[in-house]
Amino acid sequence: MYSTKYVKPNSTPEALEAIKSLSEGKFLAGGMTLIPTLKQRLASPDGLVDISGCNLDTIADEGETIKIGAMSRHVSVAESPVVKKAIPTLASLAEGIGDRQVRNRGTLGGSVANNDPSACYPSAVLALKATVHTNSRSIAADDFFTGMFETALEEDEIIESISFSKPTKANYVKFPNPASRYAMVGVFVAKFGEGVRVAVTGAGEGGVFRHKEMETALSSNYSSDSLSSLNIASDGLISDLHASAEYRANLIKEMTKRAVV
Amino acid sequence: MSEGIGASVTRKEDKKFLTGKGRYTDDINRPGQTHAYFVRSDVAHANIKSIDTKAASSADGVVAVYTGEDVVADGIGGPICGWVVPCRDGSATKEPPHPILANGKVRYVGDHVAVVIAETLAQAKSAAELVEVEYEELPAVVDLEKASSATEIHKEVPDNCYFDWELGDEASTDKALKSASRVVKLTVRNNRLVPNAMEPRAALAEYDDISESYTLHTTSQNPQLTRLVIAAFMFQIPESKLRVVAPDVGGGFGSKIYVYAEEAVCTWASKKINRPIKWTADRTQAFLSDAHGRDHINNVQLALDDNNKIVGLRVDTICNLGSYLSAFAVSVPTYLHGTLLSGVYDIPAIYTNVKGMATTTAPVDAYRGAGRPEATYLLERTMDAAAREIGMDPTEFRRLNFIPKDAFPYQTQVALQYDTGDYEPQLDKAMEMIDYKNFETRRSEAAKRGMYRGIGVSTYIEACGIAPSAVAGALGSRVGLYESASVRVDPTGTITVFTGAHSHGQGHATTFAQIVSEKLGVPLANVDLIHGDSEKNSFGMGTYGSRSLAVGGAALVKALDKVIEKSKKIAAHLMEASVEDVEFKEGKFAVAGTDKEKAFGEIALAAYVPHNYPHETLEPGLEESAFYDPLNFTYPSGAHIAEVEVDPATGVVKVVDWAACDDFGNLINPMIVEGQVHGGIAQGIGQALLEDAHYDENGQLLTASYMDYCMPRADDLPSFKVGYTNTPCTHNDLGVKGCGEAGAIASPPAIINAIIDALSPLGVTDMSMPATPQKVWKAIQDSQSIAAE
Amino acid sequence: MGDISLTINGKVETHDVGDNTLLVDFIREKAGLTGTHIGCDTSQCGACVVHLDGVSVKACTILAAQAAGSEVTTIEGIGSSDSLHPMQEAFQENHGLQCGFCTPGMVMSAIELVSKNKNASEKEIRDGLEGNICRCTGYHNIVKSVKAGAEKMGV
Repeated sequence: MYSTKYVKPNSTPEALEAIKSLSEGKFLAGGMTLIPTLKQRLASPDGLVDISGCNLDTIADEGETIKIGAMSRHVSVAESPVVKKAIPTLASLAEGIGDRQVRNRGTLGGSVANNDPSACYPSAVLALKATVHTNSRSIAADDFFTGMFETALEEDEIIESISFSKPTKANYVKFPNPASRYAMVGVFVAKFGEGVRVAVTGAGEGGVFRHKEMETALSSNYSSDSLSSLNIASDGLISDLHASAEYRANLIKEMTKRAVV
Repeated sequence: MSEGIGASVTRKEDKKFLTGKGRYTDDINRPGQTHAYFVRSDVAHANIKSIDTKAASSADGVVAVYTGEDVVADGIGGPICGWVVPCRDGSATKEPPHPILANGKVRYVGDHVAVVIAETLAQAKSAAELVEVEYEELPAVVDLEKASSATEIHKEVPDNCYFDWELGDEASTDKALKSASRVVKLTVRNNRLVPNAMEPRAALAEYDDISESYTLHTTSQNPQLTRLVIAAFMFQIPESKLRVVAPDVGGGFGSKIYVYAEEAVCTWASKKINRPIKWTADRTQAFLSDAHGRDHINNVQLALDDNNKIVGLRVDTICNLGSYLSAFAVSVPTYLHGTLLSGVYDIPAIYTNVKGMATTTAPVDAYRGAGRPEATYLLERTMDAAAREIGMDPTEFRRLNFIPKDAFPYQTQVALQYDTGDYEPQLDKAMEMIDYKNFETRRSEAAKRGMYRGIGVSTYIEACGIAPSAVAGALGSRVGLYESASVRVDPTGTITVFTGAHSHGQGHATTFAQIVSEKLGVPLANVDLIHGDSEKNSFGMGTYGSRSLAVGGAALVKALDKVIEKSKKIAAHLMEASVEDVEFKEGKFAVAGTDKEKAFGEIALAAYVPHNYPHETLEPGLEESAFYDPLNFTYPSGAHIAEVEVDPATGVVKVVDWAACDDFGNLINPMIVEGQVHGGIAQGIGQALLEDAHYDENGQLLTASYMDYCMPRADDLPSFKVGYTNTPCTHNDLGVKGCGEAGAIASPPAIINAIIDALSPLGVTDMSMPATPQKVWKAIQDSQSIAAE
Repeated sequence: MGDISLTINGKVETHDVGDNTLLVDFIREKAGLTGTHIGCDTSQCGACVVHLDGVSVKACTILAAQAAGSEVTTIEGIGSSDSLHPMQEAFQENHGLQCGFCTPGMVMSAIELVSKNKNASEKEIRDGLEGNICRCTGYHNIVKSVKAGAEKMGV
């Protein structure tokens, strides 16, 4: 790791001030992606602004939504009575991220801001019509993810919390990469009064995406039968050593079927 | 409770590991220590036009930067081949130079180009980024099947072929193939693996300018051999001027047998800078530069007569040995592979040809099982293919062709003579353990859940206890393969054992002590084991090839016998009896027919306080050494049966049950043996389902971290049922055969056979390793589209 | 550079290190506790697992600075050679280790696993050890050890 400066402010405004004083500074949340990146010398920030002291880890039921602080660790979401009651699938998604040690450190905000194409959380944000609250604005999930590792976040903008809409039914099923255990395909299906949202992670060349065809099919008939005749296209899907685009297309359909129970 | 042979006592070495007191190479630090970081080639094949080290040399904290030119200037040689074979055309194995820092050319991604030594590791890494290397790139050679017509990698190796070797009788085998009523043909690939001991390789080298001697702490399975090779062959210094210590070593699996460039460079450079140098591989460096394993393509032809008896076997193999010939690379696909092709079967004619090829990939050498897994895989896959073709149950087809138990000693057509074995009972027992006869019920039950269930058998043999030196020498080995042991009895009767074997997980401190406890009747707590230090231990050959007990343990018995023999003389003197009348039992020397007896401790005391002692005929003291060279290999064998379920929608294969019945001869510590079996099976399952070292067409290793190289984890594996039969080895005093590699040898074909069995209703007849979900899913899709046509 | 101070196994460790120092390097190089190991570069093998304020973490993926002021427990801090922790005992009795390199991390993970789930089934134990790689044992005896350890701990 290249040398760098570490600061730990006590509030979001202080964090923003700290990051502005740096030329190539980075926010440090759980560090589960950032620190391995730094260890491999793939980035050389002149400073790291640890936001774990900024009180961004509350979880609250706000009626239509639950609001989860950006610094909430995966383990906190997995074990939160609020989340378990309102959106149990979100708790079980958190319970399935990485391994125990990753869940003890990794955070919701860090995962969403990084938008790793094989991360689990982005699919929940997208399927659960979430709103991403930053220090300066609120961004609808549909506008938030702009491409692999890319989001609508401006430079020096910080996620403070994310509000997830409560669905009438939801499920997340993932097929992990056998080696890394990241999602090779993860499908989050959420049913709302007005229709069904299906978000797919791990598979898209442009990162997480909504699968409109399956949404339409499931909105008219929320059962795995309605998917049987669908032909999932492999265009735009990632093809790598572990899974071809065709195989990923198959997994998308299969994981969705398993999610709709 | 007995602590001797056959007792499952807990391990003496565990406490230090469990409390964090293990001392691995990277845990050791020296005052004034510097850190080395290697500049490695990022291209697979290139001429080096220039190396500019100026900026690196003047960077913060840098002590020195060296390149291949400095190595050449100091006359330092490279690692040597420990084993060579003659070629079919009468020529010798081609042995190109293997420089420790590249000499004008790089031959794989990860090849060592320069070393930067600095005050801290971070400074060494930063400076390494400043070393500018200009390459003239050459085509990478990755495809094994096309290697012979690809760009030449070494001028000493025409057609990129290190050797073209044969064994067996080609004429009689081809005749058998021609006249057979059926020839079953199969081509299999044994996938390339990375050993991945959890402790990465490391070295700590220091030079003492007063005694003009080096000390090297290194992650080695055989420190004495490392010392011999570095001192005598690479540095040309007196062997006594190099001490090599392999302290606690975190697993080896073959990868820590050989002398590697890094430890030699650090040793050499420690004198140049006259300061200690530490180097520790990170996992990526380990992936790139540890010797890999396997990587064969085998073309198999198995000939059967009308009664489904095997009448001949021909195997044509090409194997990938990588960019340089690693120390035992040549032996693995030849004498550890070709000689095992008879398996547990009575085969009257066998011929094999093996071509060892150079490619621009990391060197390939022994990995757990080394050659024997490849032989077992091709044979057991072919046995199943044949059984399917003739419509016979695979266990019945195997039984029909087993070497009968009254045929031992059995001379195979491929050089080996099996001393003992009995194969039907081990298959019977494994079938019973897994409830083979009710399998179809389980298959139907799984089908109701939409799963395809399959069962797969593998009956294997291996040659262990490496090795009878005379035989190994005749087969091309340049070293002897005996083992040494010394037993030092203290005046109070406590005992220190010195062995040339090296424990890096095998539990020698416990099992060797159990042998002493059994033989001398002393408590386990009174026995300590010293290994892994060339200054303390006699010359020995280290640990690999399941040899520690069968060779090192047998040497220990010989040394103990000498201790007993001398003790009897002392006891006879003390009890005023004749030596012939002295009996030794359960730690006591007694005069036959009397009530006179002396405890072992009394004899030890008398040997060191020799006031009443037969000085005219006996030296004082009680310390004996022995070297043991086996007369033959040992031949563990067994039957492993795997049961799998395949999810047709995703291609996921789950191993749902496992039964292993092995014949390792006598067991010293069944608990430890069982642990060895478990670990071996897990590595075999890893090979069959998960692991694959994959180079792209440019020679870049795509699976260079745990993000892409799939290591077996706890949730990938089932629990294992382990059982034993026993036909003791006939030619060592312990009747032991070795157990370290069995699981890795037996298991891959059991799994693949089970997968094919599961998917045969869908028309799937072949499956390659690793059977990843994607591959299995694709096979199902392909078979279905064929069926639809 | 600057002083970073944290408590390891009950002892305050204050060292002048760079902000880029990883917790695992602080533990090994500065505190001299070499029972915590490094087996990979990608936060997967788990040889470096320690407890940070009571929860298991991979010390290779945390800066020492992030742990400043915290309580760290390493393998050296849970038991001693004459008084092993029940989980350490269970690993010895069930042959849950061979080369010993993954063992410290495995034991630290196991202790947290059973403290969260005292009646963990075999499947739950296997799933719970996802973050720890062992190359020697095939996990069979590790699973047995963790089960036995849970009973001994009486959690």
